[in-house]
Amino acid sequence: MTITTDARRAGRPAHAAGLRARHRREAGLAYLLLVPALAVFGVFTFYPFFRNFKLMLYETPPVPGLPAHYVGLHQIGPVLSSTQFTQSLLTTLVFVVLVVPTSLVLGLALAVAAHRKLKGMAVYRMIFSSTVVSSVAVASVVFGTLLNPVVGLLPWLGINPTPPALESTTWALPAVAVITIWQFLGLSFIIMSAGLQSVPDELLEAAQIDGAGTWTRFWRVTVPLLSPTIFFAVIVSTIYAFQSFGAVDILIGYQNAAQVHANVLIYEIVNTLQVQNNPGAAAIMATVLFLITLGLTVLQMRFLERRVHYGG
Amino acid sequence: MAQVSFEGVTKRFGDTVAVDALTLTIPDGELLVLLGSSGCGKTTALRLVAGFEEATEGRISIGARVVNDIDPKDRDVAMVCQSYALYPHLSVARNIEFPLRQRGMAKDQRAVKVKEAAATLGLDSLLERKPAQLSGGQRQRVALARAIVREPQVFLMDEPLSNLDAALRIQTRADIVALQDRLGTTTLYVTHDQVEAMTMGDRIAVMSHGVLQQVAAPEDLYARPANTFVAGFLGSPGMNLLPGHVTQDTGDGLADGPADGAGGGGRVEVSAGSLPLPPGLHRAAHATTGGVVLGLRPEALRIDASGPLRAIVTIVELLGAETHVICQSPDGSQMIVRQTAQAARPSPHEQVRIAVDPDPASLHLFDATTTERLGAG
Repeated sequence: MTITTDARRAGRPAHAAGLRARHRREAGLAYLLLVPALAVFGVFTFYPFFRNFKLMLYETPPVPGLPAHYVGLHQIGPVLSSTQFTQSLLTTLVFVVLVVPTSLVLGLALAVAAHRKLKGMAVYRMIFSSTVVSSVAVASVVFGTLLNPVVGLLPWLGINPTPPALESTTWALPAVAVITIWQFLGLSFIIMSAGLQSVPDELLEAAQIDGAGTWTRFWRVTVPLLSPTIFFAVIVSTIYAFQSFGAVDILIGYQNAAQVHANVLIYEIVNTLQVQNNPGAAAIMATVLFLITLGLTVLQMRFLERRVHYGG
Repeated sequence: MAQVSFEGVTKRFGDTVAVDALTLTIPDGELLVLLGSSGCGKTTALRLVAGFEEATEGRISIGARVVNDIDPKDRDVAMVCQSYALYPHLSVARNIEFPLRQRGMAKDQRAVKVKEAAATLGLDSLLERKPAQLSGGQRQRVALARAIVREPQVFLMDEPLSNLDAALRIQTRADIVALQDRLGTTTLYVTHDQVEAMTMGDRIAVMSHGVLQQVAAPEDLYARPANTFVAGFLGSPGMNLLPGHVTQDTGDGLADGPADGAGGGGRVEVSAGSLPLPPGLHRAAHATTGGVVLGLRPEALRIDASGPLRAIVTIVELLGAETHVICQSPDGSQMIVRQTAQAARPSPHEQVRIAVDPDPASLHLFDATTTERLGAG
């Protein structure tokens, strides 16, 4: 007995040291395997992210060729209070409000329609999800053609707005929103369809036999069970809407975007950097966009999570 | 409460016939068990009553109403299924209350009904919990409470005990029978478990390949199976089925089988040996042109050196209270002898002789061509 106990005591430190060495080796291997992924993230995500904070502290003179100089936090106030920024922020918020609910409701409606076990439904599913693979350029050109005041769909239908939709302060942003909604519809449909697959048929049948009609089954059973999916789709589509600017760039352009109230924030950032050559101001706006996205995500998670049913 | 009836009901899914010309009446207040292996059409038959499937042909009635074209919600039936189908986002109370809400019952009335149903199933202390916080047995009781709360005309139960562990299954089985007995609601109960069927059903309807094989009280079904399928399906293990033929008794004195009334009768010859037939059975068998199948329940057999049948033991299974001696006849057909654990156990590969219970009811004879039972017995 004594011998065994002593042997154990003697063996314990050696055993622990062996374990530590093994953990070190394993950790080393783990980091080694992480290097390629870390390198990509480092170069394309982490470095630009932190560099952005540095850029915020420097002001670039309006005259090209002169070096940027350190101004600390002094230029933040003027940039954030500029009409340029406030206008584009307001435009973006309107744009998000136009895009997110509509694309989600339409995506859900299409998913519900395609969820029925009918012949040929696979073809509809393919059509409904196809917008996810179309590029923003293609979508913009197609919609631009449809909205064209001479050869487009609107004049063909006898609608000839003056000024044309994409040049109107009222209709330019909704027109761009329609393109974005159309583009996001495919993904929204796929997400909602996947969610619907997880709603057990027995539950809907139980509700049916319990006396619930189609609407009641949808609102009282499908939607609550779909809430994790809807929650996810809201976050994804909000971020997507905040970051969309391709259609504005292709169909409206920087010169007109502000005039027709379609200069969404990310487009303003791109142009502040590239056209106005003002990295400092662009970095400040980019940080605001980052904080808004972060804040929204946290808010959505906090508030929606309470109302989300996760099953189990 | 109401009678449920199927009149020539057929359900096809494409080329597959799930239920084939089913004609069956479940009288008011009866608990009828639909029994069969998976894919036999029993669940489809239940879903036809619920209204989740549409009959291809035939009429389904609940009470005086033909319900073929009536929506599930208007059929006044309640269903309990294997997965319980509880609404995971609602509390136990809200789950039980759900069907009452859909029918527009006033809040205070609903509260009273929910309380009653919960008390009946011992759920009083669990009303505020969500289904995820309940055990399998508790969920099952919530599903039952949701079914009984609105006092439907018919209960439909689709393998409701399958997800419970063995001990709980026995308890819940008894609870369901007691509940059904008390409420007197017509019940269709689907199961593949013959023990459930035998212990719960007022009558059992055995189905195979969409066709109703036999409907009878459990004891009748066991004692007088209508065909070889029912004979082999019911019982654990099922009836031994030995192919053979009937001959005229030659009076060679081998009268140690079920022999009382054998004088002047015939014999049934199987590869394991020959047994005298009671006169009634002999007459019935005589009318058949082809061969017969001899049916012997495992418990009607015993290993006995003076027995008329011979076989070779292949496996001996000790199950605690009893032993199954699995033997092989000379023609390769299997014969199982069910004996008490105390009885002497033969060894594998040993040649044994097997005696048959002298009660004439121990012998079952089936037409080898039609597989139907021979004789009125």
